[in-house]
Amino acid sequence: MLNRQGRPTSAGDGAITADTGTFTGNRALMQEEALIFESGRYETTGVDFDEPENFSPRLGDLEREGDIGLPGLSEPEAMRHFVRLSQKNYGIDTGLFPLGSCTMKHNARLNERMARLPGFADVHPLQPVSSVQGALELMDELSRYLVTLTGMTSVALSPKAGAHGELCGMMAIKAAIDAKGEGETRRTVLVPESAHGTNPATAALIGFKVKTVPADTDGTVRVQAVKDLIGPDTAAIMLTNPNTCGLFEPEIVEIAQALHDAGAYFYCDGANFNAIVGKARPGDLGVDAMHINLHKTFSTPHGGGGPGSGPVVLSQRLAPYAPVPFVIPGAEGLTLVEHEQYAEEKPFGRITAFHGQMGMYVRALSYMLSHGSDGMKQASEDAVLNANYIRAGLRGLMSQPFGDKPCMHEALFDDSWLKDTGVSTLDFAKAMIDEGYHPMTMYFPLVVHGAMLVEPTESESKSSLDLFVAAMRDLAQAAKRGETERFTGAPYHAPRKRLDETRAARQPILRWTPREPVREAAE
Amino acid sequence: MRYLPLSPDDRSEMLAKIGVDTIDDLFADVPAEKLLTEPLDLPRRKGEMEVERILGRMAGRNVAASTVPFFVGAGAYKHHVPATVDHVIQRSEFLTSYTPYQPEIAQGTLQYLFEFQTQVAALTGMDVANASMYDGSTAAGEAVLMAHRVTKRRKAVLSGGLHPHYADVVETLSHMSGDKVVSLPADPRADEDILAAIDDETSCVVVQTPDVFGNLRDLTKIAEKAHAHGALLIAAFTEVMSLGLVKPPGAMGADIVVGEGQSIGNSLNFGGPYVGLFAARQKFVRQMPGRLCGETVDAEGKRGFVLTLSTREQHIRRDKATSNICTNSGLCCLAFTIHMTLLGQVGLQRLARVNHANAVALADALATVPGVEVITGAFFNEFTLKLPKDAAKVVEALADKGVLGGVPYSRLAPDADCDDLLLVASTEVNTDDDRAAYVAALKEVLA
Amino acid sequence: MSTTRYTKDHEYIRVDGDTGIVGITDYAQSQLGDVVYVELPEAGKALEKGGEAAVVESVKAASEVYAPVSGEVLEVNGDLEAAPAAINEDPAGAGWFMKIKIGNASELDELMSEEDYQAYVKSIS
Repeated sequence: MLNRQGRPTSAGDGAITADTGTFTGNRALMQEEALIFESGRYETTGVDFDEPENFSPRLGDLEREGDIGLPGLSEPEAMRHFVRLSQKNYGIDTGLFPLGSCTMKHNARLNERMARLPGFADVHPLQPVSSVQGALELMDELSRYLVTLTGMTSVALSPKAGAHGELCGMMAIKAAIDAKGEGETRRTVLVPESAHGTNPATAALIGFKVKTVPADTDGTVRVQAVKDLIGPDTAAIMLTNPNTCGLFEPEIVEIAQALHDAGAYFYCDGANFNAIVGKARPGDLGVDAMHINLHKTFSTPHGGGGPGSGPVVLSQRLAPYAPVPFVIPGAEGLTLVEHEQYAEEKPFGRITAFHGQMGMYVRALSYMLSHGSDGMKQASEDAVLNANYIRAGLRGLMSQPFGDKPCMHEALFDDSWLKDTGVSTLDFAKAMIDEGYHPMTMYFPLVVHGAMLVEPTESESKSSLDLFVAAMRDLAQAAKRGETERFTGAPYHAPRKRLDETRAARQPILRWTPREPVREAAE
Repeated sequence: MRYLPLSPDDRSEMLAKIGVDTIDDLFADVPAEKLLTEPLDLPRRKGEMEVERILGRMAGRNVAASTVPFFVGAGAYKHHVPATVDHVIQRSEFLTSYTPYQPEIAQGTLQYLFEFQTQVAALTGMDVANASMYDGSTAAGEAVLMAHRVTKRRKAVLSGGLHPHYADVVETLSHMSGDKVVSLPADPRADEDILAAIDDETSCVVVQTPDVFGNLRDLTKIAEKAHAHGALLIAAFTEVMSLGLVKPPGAMGADIVVGEGQSIGNSLNFGGPYVGLFAARQKFVRQMPGRLCGETVDAEGKRGFVLTLSTREQHIRRDKATSNICTNSGLCCLAFTIHMTLLGQVGLQRLARVNHANAVALADALATVPGVEVITGAFFNEFTLKLPKDAAKVVEALADKGVLGGVPYSRLAPDADCDDLLLVASTEVNTDDDRAAYVAALKEVLA
Repeated sequence: MSTTRYTKDHEYIRVDGDTGIVGITDYAQSQLGDVVYVELPEAGKALEKGGEAAVVESVKAASEVYAPVSGEVLEVNGDLEAAPAAINEDPAGAGWFMKIKIGNASELDELMSEEDYQAYVKSIS
């Protein structure tokens, strides 16, 4: 007899009950995953090579002895391990990622495909220049785009990330000051209190003293506040524009002028360049040096924290001091200047081996070619529009520290609206995780209490923003109604509950070590 | 534009909701005369196909390593990367995630960082490693700064076997921060007297092994002398695969170990992105630069990972931070972890032996070419040839014959008076045919 | 007979003859949150009033601890390295930072009394 009943096709009538727990600890698609040091085996490898035929080693007496302590996994095990790990991560492709100041925009896969062309990915930095003319052409073309978009004179491509770009730009300023014989006197760098932490760290690293410029009550820097601090000892200002409160500095031109009049330089932190690409050029504003985070504005992937790329554009006054290497036209095509003593200019030295983040240059140029000059301008406008749309959707409910006025590409809120709710900015952010969103940037900038910095980027559709605003409103109202448990215990639905950072810092465990053998109960 | 979801109607509706008339009302803080009215002088938007054509043409003008007999090293190495690596690092959740500041939804990144730190510590024979630096050269620069913090001295001594780019990075940084550097002259035969350069003012000694010429160096005596004078030994390497076969710096007394991790999991990429490795003794952990991932538990007592000891970092310490670094080398570090996991120690050791065997075979073959001398005694997968002609010219001539034969040392250090030295690397990718082609081409070029 | 004096930066010094025990106040530890690490000076170091004497780190912040008065460090609380939680649990007792030899006793007069300090804390919180 055939079993004609088959499998049940209704959703079943079992009561939906509380989480009952599972034998494995897994929750269907959410899988627990051991460390490779627990699941791997010392004798296993997932890569096949034949042992080399007899040969006599030439290692002197420096051959390594004993176990290295590295277990291996077969290929299927390794694939599963890392895929499971990936499933515990939130990415831009997962959902809205409004992390202010970080510009989490769409990462087009065309850019990945281009960076993997063997002509880019499989080329060695020290091959003869005759064999890498296309790579040099790409660097040259990227430079042309960056210089055109910023209205500057030249670009140093090699910095490996934003902070490295800052270092490079400040070194160029220091070199220019030294060249003028003012190295002993110009030792102070002005940094607004709203600045990224990297700014004062960078200035201090190369021996500058940092003086803090207070922010005005509206979150911007006033030219008078700068003038009050400028003196013969002033080397430069490091100013972010648009600033970390998401505002364009309205007196930026006057600030630049004041610095130039005093013989000092204007370093602009370009982290927020995304708001103004195609709308305004830093060169026209009086900027002398600015790093560009290719991983923000030009969409090279953040990759869980890198690799980044931070080219620095330079004004006429600083261009001669750009570090090596750089690309110049030669007798037979393009060539590289790799040593300062052979340059016509006055490079201050070298800040990294080889030529910088080529893989990121390819992706960034691919992004720029795709957008074109019209698309990049549209992207900036959409980024600003989206941020203001969120601001408009939340106004009246969440407090804006500087009043209800337009922002650039990110909208800033403070925590005064949470007063007496028992919910903190952190709690609110963690509750966003349960709603399927990555939290916004919290507690930065420092000048705003309990700051929440929301940057949607141009990659979000209107319907995505509408849902986000609705979810934020629902959360905000719940907080005001006193539904504190929804926040203080959040996230409830992530792979992990809140983690004990105190414990991690008090007794740091920074690597896996074999566990003490567990003593079997004798009785 | 395919990356921009808003339609013209959306934009009008949104402006109305915001309460402004035009988009430029939102740019009101930009001085009116500075607002661009015309599009910039760059081409219009392009479809995927056109972009592929343009970039494909540029890529086509480069000689890819896998298309020729290839022996170029000197800090970056051509190795085979398993297909699994490239697949996994392109998964959205790795590729498009951010620095794991929200650990509840970033355990994937944090766990591999913890695995990576453990792998690097094991490989180098050190206690702890950070979550990576930009590359080997910047890691070396940061190591010197760290040694200055630990010893409260400000003089670094650099071995003449250190990769000249690494030395340049340290020198630039030191010059800018007002610290002293003593750089020993190029040392192709590893016979410099570095012990004599160590004194009571020395903060650290930086020695590379295998060095830029390929020499394997025993660091034990250097460590002893450095420690006797209150200085630290910083050991550097550019070929991490050597650690599968060669005694690790941690076993020779190094206090800090830095190096380039590109060889495991990462392509050549014309010089970047790469992944800097940074390991140290436990007692120095709070002076280390860069990010650190640590183990902890969540509110339910389940094991989890977080970024930790972050008070060392710039976003908290600002002008008192240990370093201005804000990024690690995330995806490259993931590529390293995956490849290393696939290899395991047996795979790594075998692969290292294949590299070494190929290099030995190549050295022996090239030594038969009239006028050529292999000057490196103990080496891993890279050695130095002394040529009867200018090495840069020889390399160009070899390239004309379709062989990429190495790096003339003069390209790295034009003033070192080593114009006749050629650095040659050989890895698992080289075949008997490659070697034969090299020998034949070199004979012709030198004839 | 000992007296305790306070600074506006929330350090205390418990004076006993010509020496004093320096630490941070209960208010300071509550503002810092869980302390995870302390960087202490070496014995013998000369401190200037108002100069940096130690660094105290919580998970999210690192703060300088300033010398309430000038003097020489006689002894530091080595237990804090392994058990920084003592600063949160017992700031006035087991969570002490260092013992100093007071260089200039008149500087103590510029500091706040217990009563003044409590009023000061009230005014800022």
